[in-house]
Amino acid sequence: MYAAIVFLPLLGSVIAGLFGRVIGARASELVTTGLLFVSAALSVVAFTQVALGGGETQIIPILSWIHSGSFVADWMVRVDTITAVMLVVVTGVSSLVHLYSFGYMADDPHRARFFSYLSLFTFAMLMLVTANNFLQLFFGWEGVGLASYLLIGFWHTRPSANAAAMKAFIVNRVGDFGFALGIFGIWAVFGTLDFDEVFAAAPSMVGRTFEFAGFYPDILTTLCLLLFVGAMGKSAQLGLHTWLPDAMEGPTPVSALIHAATMVTAGVFLVCRCSPMFQLAPTALAFVTIVGATTAFFAATVGLFQNDIKRVIAYSTCSQLGYMFAAAGVMAYNAAMFHLFTHAFFKALLFLGAGSVIHAMHHEQEMRKMGGLYKAIPFTWAMMLIGNLALTGVGIPLLHIGFAGFYSKDAIINSAFAAHSGVGSYAFTLLLLAAGMTSFYAWRQFLMTFHGPYRGDAHVDHGHQPADDHAHDEPLENDHGHHHAPKLSEVHEAPLVMLVPLGILALGALFAGAGFFHAFLGEGAHEFWRHSLVVVEGHEGHLPLWVEFGPLVVTAIGFLIAYYYYILHPEVAARMQAKQGLLYLFFYNKWYFDELYDFLFVRPARRFGRFLWKRGDGTVIDGLGPDGIAARVLDATRGAVRLQTGYVYHYALAMLLGVVGLATWFMISGGAP
Amino acid sequence: MSLPILSLCTFVPLLGALAILVVPKAQSARWIALGTTVVVFALSLLIWANFDNSNPGFQLVEKLDWLGGGISYHMGVDGISMLFVVLTAGLMPFCILASWESIETRVAEYMVAFLVLETMMIGVFCALDLVLFYVLFEGGLIPMFLIIGVWGGKRRVYASFKFFLYTFIGSVLMLLAIMSMYWYTGTTDIVALLENPNFPPHMQTWLWLAFFASFAVKMPMWPVHTWLPDAHVEAPTAGSVILAGILLKMGGYGFLCFSLPMFPSATEMFAPLVFSMSLIAIIYTSLVALAQEDMKKLIAYSSVAHMGFVTMGIFTVNHQGIEGGIFQMLSHGVVSGALFLCVGVVYDRIHTREIAAYGGLVNRMPLYAAFFMVFTLANVGMPGTSGFIGEFLTMLGAFLHNSWLAIFSATGVILSAAYALFLYRRIIFGALVKPSLKTIQDLTPREIALLAPLVIITIGLGIYPKPVFDVTTPAVAKLINDNKTALAMDKAGGKVAIVQKEAAQ
Repeated sequence: MYAAIVFLPLLGSVIAGLFGRVIGARASELVTTGLLFVSAALSVVAFTQVALGGGETQIIPILSWIHSGSFVADWMVRVDTITAVMLVVVTGVSSLVHLYSFGYMADDPHRARFFSYLSLFTFAMLMLVTANNFLQLFFGWEGVGLASYLLIGFWHTRPSANAAAMKAFIVNRVGDFGFALGIFGIWAVFGTLDFDEVFAAAPSMVGRTFEFAGFYPDILTTLCLLLFVGAMGKSAQLGLHTWLPDAMEGPTPVSALIHAATMVTAGVFLVCRCSPMFQLAPTALAFVTIVGATTAFFAATVGLFQNDIKRVIAYSTCSQLGYMFAAAGVMAYNAAMFHLFTHAFFKALLFLGAGSVIHAMHHEQEMRKMGGLYKAIPFTWAMMLIGNLALTGVGIPLLHIGFAGFYSKDAIINSAFAAHSGVGSYAFTLLLLAAGMTSFYAWRQFLMTFHGPYRGDAHVDHGHQPADDHAHDEPLENDHGHHHAPKLSEVHEAPLVMLVPLGILALGALFAGAGFFHAFLGEGAHEFWRHSLVVVEGHEGHLPLWVEFGPLVVTAIGFLIAYYYYILHPEVAARMQAKQGLLYLFFYNKWYFDELYDFLFVRPARRFGRFLWKRGDGTVIDGLGPDGIAARVLDATRGAVRLQTGYVYHYALAMLLGVVGLATWFMISGGAP
Repeated sequence: MSLPILSLCTFVPLLGALAILVVPKAQSARWIALGTTVVVFALSLLIWANFDNSNPGFQLVEKLDWLGGGISYHMGVDGISMLFVVLTAGLMPFCILASWESIETRVAEYMVAFLVLETMMIGVFCALDLVLFYVLFEGGLIPMFLIIGVWGGKRRVYASFKFFLYTFIGSVLMLLAIMSMYWYTGTTDIVALLENPNFPPHMQTWLWLAFFASFAVKMPMWPVHTWLPDAHVEAPTAGSVILAGILLKMGGYGFLCFSLPMFPSATEMFAPLVFSMSLIAIIYTSLVALAQEDMKKLIAYSSVAHMGFVTMGIFTVNHQGIEGGIFQMLSHGVVSGALFLCVGVVYDRIHTREIAAYGGLVNRMPLYAAFFMVFTLANVGMPGTSGFIGEFLTMLGAFLHNSWLAIFSATGVILSAAYALFLYRRIIFGALVKPSLKTIQDLTPREIALLAPLVIITIGLGIYPKPVFDVTTPAVAKLINDNKTALAMDKAGGKVAIVQKEAAQ
C-alpha cells in the first residue's frame, strides 16, 4: 500500500506521457487525477496509521540500486511520521491542483503533457519524502528539480519561460553541489547512507574533525552545512533564491503545487529529517537560523512593492520558508514542520486563488490593472481573504484561537525568542519585523486586487517605474501572452472544478492549525513524532505578554498601513512610488541580486569559456601543436593538388605501413629479446 | 576448449566485409553490414551469457602461437573488458542504421570500413598480448581515419590530419614502451605481465609516460584534446558515435589494463598529474562547451569533460572511483552515441550543425524533443539515468582520495547543466520562426527504432545497474588488489625482484 502511494502517480505520468496523444487529453487528465486521488486517500490512511495511530516505521525494499564495493544504496519506501505528514501535504495539494488544472488549463492544447509532468513531479516528490537513504533522497531532489524545470518552461515558445526554467535548474545545481559533497562526506565518515545508521552513529562523531579541503573542520558541522547548502537552493534561501520569483513563469497551478506547497519545502524537510545530526552541530544550526531569518526579512521587503500578483506570493513563499528554517535553527523542528504543513494549505490556496483572479481577468497578472473585483468574483474574494488571514497569522494569543498560520508562525517567533541566544534574538527581531511586512504586502495585494476602483481599463503608466535596462518593472508576461485586461462586467468567477479545490484548501487554512496543534507542537508531540524528528521541549514556556502579542500587533499595523495607502489615500502611495526613494528602489529591484550574479558569474562564465576556446584551445594548444605543423604541410601542398580524398589515403597508407613494419620487426627479431 | 567465441566475435565482421567486397552494391552492402553487426551483437551477448561473474580472472581464453618468441595470439576477457566488447558490438548496428540513408556515396567501402573497424575494436578489448593489442589498437585508427577523411564534412582533411598527428605520436611512444617491455621481460603476454609486474620504479616511470601519451590522446585528456572536436564535427554521424562511444574508451581501458596493475609505483607518482589534468578537463572544457556555436562541437567538448571524470576516478585506485569510471565509460558510450545520433537526425534534414540555425523544434518534432531531453538529462547526470551513477561514484571515490578533487569536479556538474540545457533550449524550445524549419518532419520509424533502445538502456541502467556491477565488481577488486600487491612489492625493494628474476634466468 505504501509503495502504491509513491508509484501510482508515476503510472499516471507514464500513461499520460507516452500515450497522451493516443488516448486524448481528457483521458490523460482523468487517469492522472484519478490515480492521484487514490494516492491521496492512501496517504491519509498512512497518516492515520503511522502518525496518529502510532504505528511502526515502515521500510519497504523496492529494488537494489547502486552496489559498488562497500557502497550500498537501494530503492526503498520509508514511512514514518515526518514522511506521513509530507505524504498528506504532497498528495493532498497535488490532487487538488490536478483537479484545478482541469479548468485552468482547459484551453491548452498540451494538457496531456502538462498532467504527465504534474504527476511526474508528484512521484519525484514522493520518492524524496519516502527515501530511506540520502541517495534516494537525492534522486527525488533532482527529480523534482527536473519536473520544476519542465513545468516552468511549459509554455516553451516564450523565451522568458525558457530562461526562467534554466535558471531554476542551474541555481538549484549550485545548491546540489553542496548537497552532493555532503553525501560524499557522510559516506566517507559513516560508511553508509542509510538514515537510521547515520543518525545512530552521529553522536559518536561529536567534536571530531576530518580532513576537508585542506582544513580539519568539525565533522558534523561541516556535513550539516553542506546539506544545508542544498536546502538553500531548493528552498530558495537568500543567495540561492533568485530562481523562485522567475519560476512564476510557469502556469499558476504549478506555482501553487511546486513553488509554494511542496517542492520548495524539501529543504526544510531535509533539515528536519536530519535533525538528529543538526541537533549535534550548534554552529550549523546558528547558520541555519541566521540564513532563515534573514531570508524571511529580505523576501518580505522585496514583496512590499511588487505589482505582479504572483510575484507577491512568490516572495511571500520565500519569506515563509525563511521562517521554517529559522525555527529549525533554534531546534524547534516540529514548529518548522508544522509551519510547512499549514503553509502548504494557505499558500496553495493563495496561489490557486490568484490563479482564479488571473483566469477571471483573462490572464492579466498586473495588480495595477485590477481593483474592485470583490463584486465580480465574490467566492474567490472570500477564499483569498481566508488565505490572507491564515498567512498573516490572525488569531487571539491568550485564547489560542486563530487561523492556521497563527499557530505555526507565532510558534516560530516565540521559539526564536525562547531560544535566549544571540542568534535567537536576531531571528526574533527580524521575524517580527517580517511579520509586519507580511501583513502589509498581503493586504496591499488583497486591497489592490479586490477593493478600490477597477483600473482594468486605465492606462498603467510605466514611466513612473524605476528605469533599469532589465525591464524588471514590466509585469511578467501573462499566461497566454496577451495583455488586455477585460471590462469589469466581463470578469467572471471560475468554473466549479476550480472553485472546489479552493474550498477544500480554505478548510485547511481555517482548521489545520487548530486541529493539529496538539499533535505537532503540544502535549502529544513526542508521541506523534517519535523517532522521526528531534522534539526539544521548552519552546513554549512562559513568554512575556509583549512577545505573545507582538505578532498580532505588527500584523495589525501592517494592515492599517496598507489600508491607509491603498484604500484611504491611494494617491499618496502613487506619489511615494513615483519619488523612487533609494530604499524603494532597493527593495523593488530585489536588492539587485540578479544584476550582481549576472555581473559576477553568468557573463564572465561565457566570456571565459569563449576565451579558453579561442585562445586556449585555438592559439596556444593548436597553434603550438597540430596547426603549426599542419600549416607547414598545407603551405607546401596548397595549390598543388586539390584537397581531395587522395591525401587521406596517403596517411592511411603510412599508418598501415607502420603497423605492418612493426609486425615484421617482431617476426624477425622475435626469438631474441 | 569449446567454441572460440571471442575470435568469432572479432572476425565475423571481417567476413561480412569480405562479403560486401564480393557484392559491392549499395543496398546489399547495407543489409550485409546490418546482418553482420546484429550477428556479432548476438555473439557478444552470448559471451556475456557464458561469462562467470564470480571469476575475477580472464575467461573464454584462446591462445595460439603466432609470431614466435613468446608472442602469441592470446584472447580473453575479464569483467572490465567484456562489457566493452558488448558495448562495441551493441553500438555497431546503430551505426549502420544511422548511415542507412545519410551515406550515399561509396556505400560498400563505407560499410567495409565500419566492419573492419569493428573487428579491430573488439579485438583490442579481447587481446591479451601486447603486440596483438598494439596492432589492433593502432589498426583501428585506419578505418576511422578513412571514415572521417572520405565521408566527412568540409574540413575533413584538416580534421583527419589532426586526428592522425595526435594519435600517431602517442602510438609511437607506446610502441617504444612495448618494445622495451619485451626486452626487459622476454614476453609480451599480458597475463604473464600482470602476474609478475615487477618493473623497477625508474623504468615504470618511462613506461607509464609512454603509455600515458597514447592513452591520454585517446581519452582525450586536456591538453591533447583539440583533435576531438574537429574530428567529431567532420565525421559522419556514425563515425561520431563510434569515436565517442568506443574509441575514447580505449584510453580508459588502457589505463585499467596496463598503467594501474603493471606500473603501480609510477601510477602513484603521477596520480596528481592525472588529477590536475582531469580537473582542468572537467572545468575548462565545460566552460569551452558553453561558448560553442556548433552542436557537435559542444557535445565533443562535453565528452572531454565526462572523460575527465573517468580518468579522475580510475586514478583514485579505490573501488568506487574505478567502478564509477568504468560505468561512466559505458554510460557515456551509450549517451554520447545517442546524442550524436540526435544531432544526425536534424543534420540529415537541415544540413547544418549550427545551433543558431535551429530553434523551436518541439513545435514540429515533439517526439524528437522527448528523446533528446532524455539524453540531455543523462548527459548532465540526472539521477535515474545511467549518467548519474558513473559521475556520482567517481566523485565519491575522488572524495575518499582527496576532498579537493570532489569539490572541483562537482563544479563541472553545475557547468554541464548550463551548457547542456543551453543547447537544448536553443535547439528545441522557443517559437519556430526559421523558414527552413517550417516543414521539418518528426522522427521516422527507422529513427525511432534507433533511439528507443538507447533510451531504455539509459534509464534502465540508471535505475537498475546491477547487471553491470555484478560483472565489474570482482574484476575491479582484483585490479585494486593487483595494484596494491605490486605497489607493496615495489616498496619492499624493486632490486630484490630484479635479482630474483635474473636468478630465475
